[in-house]
Amino acid sequence: MIMAASETTILDVRDLQARRGGVTVLDIPVLELKSGEVLSLIGPNGAGKSSLLLVLARLIPASGTLRFKGQDIHRNTGVLDYRRRIAMVFQEPLLLDTTVFDNVAAGLKLRGMKRREIGDRVIAALAQFGISHLARRHARTLSGGESQRTSLARAFAIQPEIVFLDEPFSSLDPPTREGLIEDLHRILKETKTAAVMATHDRIEALRLSQRVAVMKAGKIVQIGPPTDVMNRPVDEFVASFVGMETLIPGEIVRAAAGTIIIHVGDGQEIEAVGAFHPGERVVCCIRPEQVTLSVGGFPSGASARNIAPGVVAQITPLGLFYRVSVKSGFCISAFVTAPALDELSIEEGKPIFVSFKATAVHVIKS
Amino acid sequence: MDLILDGIIKALHLLVSLDREVLGITLLSLAVSGSATFVSLFLGISTGMAVALTEFPGRRFVVSLINTGMGLPPVVVGLFVSILLWRNGPFGFLEILYTPAAIVIAQAIIATPIVMGISLAAFQHLPKNLRLQILALGATRRQMLWILMKEAKLPLLAAVMAGFGGVISEVGASIMVGGNIKGYTRVLTTATVMETGKGNFDVAIALSVILMLLAFAINAFLTWIQQRQRPR
Repeated sequence: MIMAASETTILDVRDLQARRGGVTVLDIPVLELKSGEVLSLIGPNGAGKSSLLLVLARLIPASGTLRFKGQDIHRNTGVLDYRRRIAMVFQEPLLLDTTVFDNVAAGLKLRGMKRREIGDRVIAALAQFGISHLARRHARTLSGGESQRTSLARAFAIQPEIVFLDEPFSSLDPPTREGLIEDLHRILKETKTAAVMATHDRIEALRLSQRVAVMKAGKIVQIGPPTDVMNRPVDEFVASFVGMETLIPGEIVRAAAGTIIIHVGDGQEIEAVGAFHPGERVVCCIRPEQVTLSVGGFPSGASARNIAPGVVAQITPLGLFYRVSVKSGFCISAFVTAPALDELSIEEGKPIFVSFKATAVHVIKS
Repeated sequence: MDLILDGIIKALHLLVSLDREVLGITLLSLAVSGSATFVSLFLGISTGMAVALTEFPGRRFVVSLINTGMGLPPVVVGLFVSILLWRNGPFGFLEILYTPAAIVIAQAIIATPIVMGISLAAFQHLPKNLRLQILALGATRRQMLWILMKEAKLPLLAAVMAGFGGVISEVGASIMVGGNIKGYTRVLTTATVMETGKGNFDVAIALSVILMLLAFAINAFLTWIQQRQRPR
């Protein structure tokens, strides 16, 4: 069988360690990137996302090995050649004090490319990012979105094999960001460029990447396809970071045929699925979008449901949704649309029933 | 009032008639201060850049040392350069005291910290990640330094102007290490001091006008370079 192009490893990292001021800021035993793959790094500030990108681009020193297409890139050998086959985009556009055209041409000029070829490549890159009309404008006169488009065009003009993106959208306003994410998504697909992108927006990560790595204190705590990471976090840290708003600690009391019953205090029990043994201490993670609310209770035996009475503790508007926090022995959050909020006439202090399927509960060991 | 009016008329006459002596003094001033500024650019920009872009213990101390150096009194420089170049001094064997070379050395010592301080601030003012971004674009170390210099072009030109302005108008060190020898080490400032002392205000005014015109012309030129291509 012929191996698909997307299956070849383009970047292979082993035992990567970076120290700053005597403190280990990065500790990555293994990390691989397939060609054409988009990997997102998510995690709180200071988790080491930016440091990892800089180390992968060989812009700051680190111990360990980094192989690019099987070739070992050392601190002294092959670094320049490697850097000329990758590109990096920072959170700030970092444009040079010249026109948009010359900015996009910068990387090509540094490679000593011929003028004609530079012109062709720049025109193509400008068109790709929809900024052809800005070519003659000075970088200093651009808006935030235009600047970041120029920075991205500059990165893609050199036709990199890997592009490293350090929170490229985080300083843009929502509509601008939306448009740019869409364009980047399309361009990454068209050009089949591999990418590693740091972000703290999990929606961005979901949309753009084939794999997500969650980072904490310089380490990758979980890596996998976005749906895996979002729905099956390995620990409480990842769970809270990927939007599992409800975390309920408890103890397994019964386990049979894949179904487990978790005692969560106050005589309340939660039914879930998983392979655990009685006596194990666990945490139940539930996404707010998988919790439903009802005023009059639910018909019994509807399906494998957990149903609990409670009281509305807080209602928080979140744009398209409202988050309704319910107190019911444990605290649980649900997302409700505005019409549903009206229909159920939900108010703070009002009694209510919460319900969620056994399969909606992700159980992790505590 | 007559004194000033006469002085200005005489000065204009000297300027228009291109008096040989005045012309010689002017050209020497330009040559000496120009060379001193040139030397200070090499030393000042490279050191300023190195200090701005590297981390090392005692860096803060070095920065405050440079900033103090920006206000170095010319007479103090004149004194130490004189001592060093004195016949029995450590560099006496060079036999360059009371030559234009001695003035260049003294003026370069005055201008270097000025250029260094302003370039240091200029490079520190560039965005923190710009250096990494340029390297990520595929620049060699040399290409990266060159681009950084282009990015800091405006403040660097300000450094040139400040350095040149500082030394062309300086008199203390020039008179001490140059000696104001007629036709050899006499520059605009030292000549002005001497003519004023002798009561020849007309010549002194003429020299002052030339000094100011020169400073203005050079700064106007550098400002023009600095401000062109600026977006509206």
